[in-house]
Amino acid sequence: MKELLVISGKGGTGKTTVVGSFAALARDAALADADVDAPNLHLLLAPQIREERPYSGAELAAVDEDACTRCGRCEEVCRFAAVRGHQVDARRCEGCGVCALVCPAGAITMRPQTSGRIFVSDTRYGPLTHARLLAGAEATGRLVTEVRRLARQTADRAGAHLLLTDGSPGIGCPVIASLAGVDAALVVTEPSPSGIHDLQRVLQVAAHFRVPAAVCVNKWDINPEVADQAAECARSAGACVLGRVPFDEAVSAAISEGIPLVEASTGPAARAVEALWDRMARELA
Amino acid sequence: MRIAVASGKGGTGKTTVAIGLALSLPNVQFIDADAEEPNAHLFLHPVVHEAIPVCMTVPEIDSVGCTLCGACAEFCRFNALAVVGGEVLVFPELCHGCGGCVYACPQGAVREKQRQIGEVRIGAVAEMCFIDGRLRPGEPSAVQIVREEIRRARSDRTTIIDAPPGTACAVQEVIAGSDFCLLVTEPTPFGLHDLRMALDLAAELGVPAGVVINRSGPRDSIIEGECQSRGVPVMLRIPLDRRIAEAYSRGETLVGAFPEYAERLRELHRAIHTRAAA
Repeated sequence: MKELLVISGKGGTGKTTVVGSFAALARDAALADADVDAPNLHLLLAPQIREERPYSGAELAAVDEDACTRCGRCEEVCRFAAVRGHQVDARRCEGCGVCALVCPAGAITMRPQTSGRIFVSDTRYGPLTHARLLAGAEATGRLVTEVRRLARQTADRAGAHLLLTDGSPGIGCPVIASLAGVDAALVVTEPSPSGIHDLQRVLQVAAHFRVPAAVCVNKWDINPEVADQAAECARSAGACVLGRVPFDEAVSAAISEGIPLVEASTGPAARAVEALWDRMARELA
Repeated sequence: MRIAVASGKGGTGKTTVAIGLALSLPNVQFIDADAEEPNAHLFLHPVVHEAIPVCMTVPEIDSVGCTLCGACAEFCRFNALAVVGGEVLVFPELCHGCGGCVYACPQGAVREKQRQIGEVRIGAVAEMCFIDGRLRPGEPSAVQIVREEIRRARSDRTTIIDAPPGTACAVQEVIAGSDFCLLVTEPTPFGLHDLRMALDLAAELGVPAGVVINRSGPRDSIIEGECQSRGVPVMLRIPLDRRIAEAYSRGETLVGAFPEYAERLRELHRAIHTRAAA
């Protein structure tokens, strides 16, 4: 089975539109949404949830008030300023367990906490593994790793030949967690100074983890000259430029209808995404 | 007064709105807190006076004192240490810098050293104070950098802080401690879904919120309904206009390309002031 990850650096460049369309075009793919703190792929694929489980990420320190001698050692050692006046600030606690280790009264225990939910769903296009981080929760990278582990399991069971993953914007832990071990990353960018700047940074991260990258310039005709610069920058970073997609109002119309672009439209953007998929599938083969 | 500009969904126009606000107001300080993908400098062209390295503390093993007992690796919840083939391997990218391995080692053989993960830059754009942060590509967490940006900020100025997309750690760091959270969204189901997550987060952190609808048009009702049911105001609309996207693609700011927005953004600031004070 091949694994393809779609990322972007900059947010809002069209990752989910590309993944939704690829899901419709690939036929036997399994799908995953690794953008756990702003997931959108399920809004295009009409999933029927088959399995749902809570996700416990980092543990949380809990102080037993009766056993606590108010010595203040916990507050002293916590590097995250999460213990104040013998109380644990759940938002700041990273679950490292140092306070529990040093407490001379043994008054601190580490307890698991639910920080999100993971879903395995059926869609018309194949099984989808997705998740949702609870408001204020941490450990997004680990949740992404867990989503991918379940997605691979689900894909194997379904006999899928491709696992297609929608990634997060940025270059931090969720992106790094989603890059580990994929066969290729497709970076969707746009013709603007931010698009190019963020493309360069995300390509550096892909190279750092030795993942081959391909690039697609979305909305290229907003500024053809800057689109050429983006393509040039991709090539000089060693990525292959697989295609470009024009600005097309059919894209936001398809999002509003909640269906993949290539099923909602036969216009210029949909045709460009089909051509992009043909080239991507050949690259993966 | 500190105003956080956030969004949930990426690419909705946070930086456009944050920069527009900063350029329309007197006596401001701009903080670009998207240290994974900092973009404001591409539009504001600041003069940078100072670049401050941001470091994390990571363990270093004294191989003479180490008995390979594995207590450090067993303690570490982030799997940043492992005993493999007669030595202790350290994986600095997984380390959270908690210092637990130092306490866990019975031989006192774990020391700590500083490792640079990025930098904070301090500068100016004419009269405006400017701060941004840059995470080194390959490093997992920008939270330390965002904390350092906020720590370096001046408290005597109106502060506009441009958040990263999403609702995870670094976004929480930006919204918590702000006086108001301005959420920029777009009238699509994607925009709505992620706006809800961002509104939940602002509510969880107890920060009052308002909404800007970017690429506003006939489908705005999808956002308006949500705002109404939560009692959150829609404070500004920026129409879907290809000319705005084209100006952005050339690296121009909203108020630079369309000066009529300056007064609308000052009005937005007055409304934020009233709401944050209430």
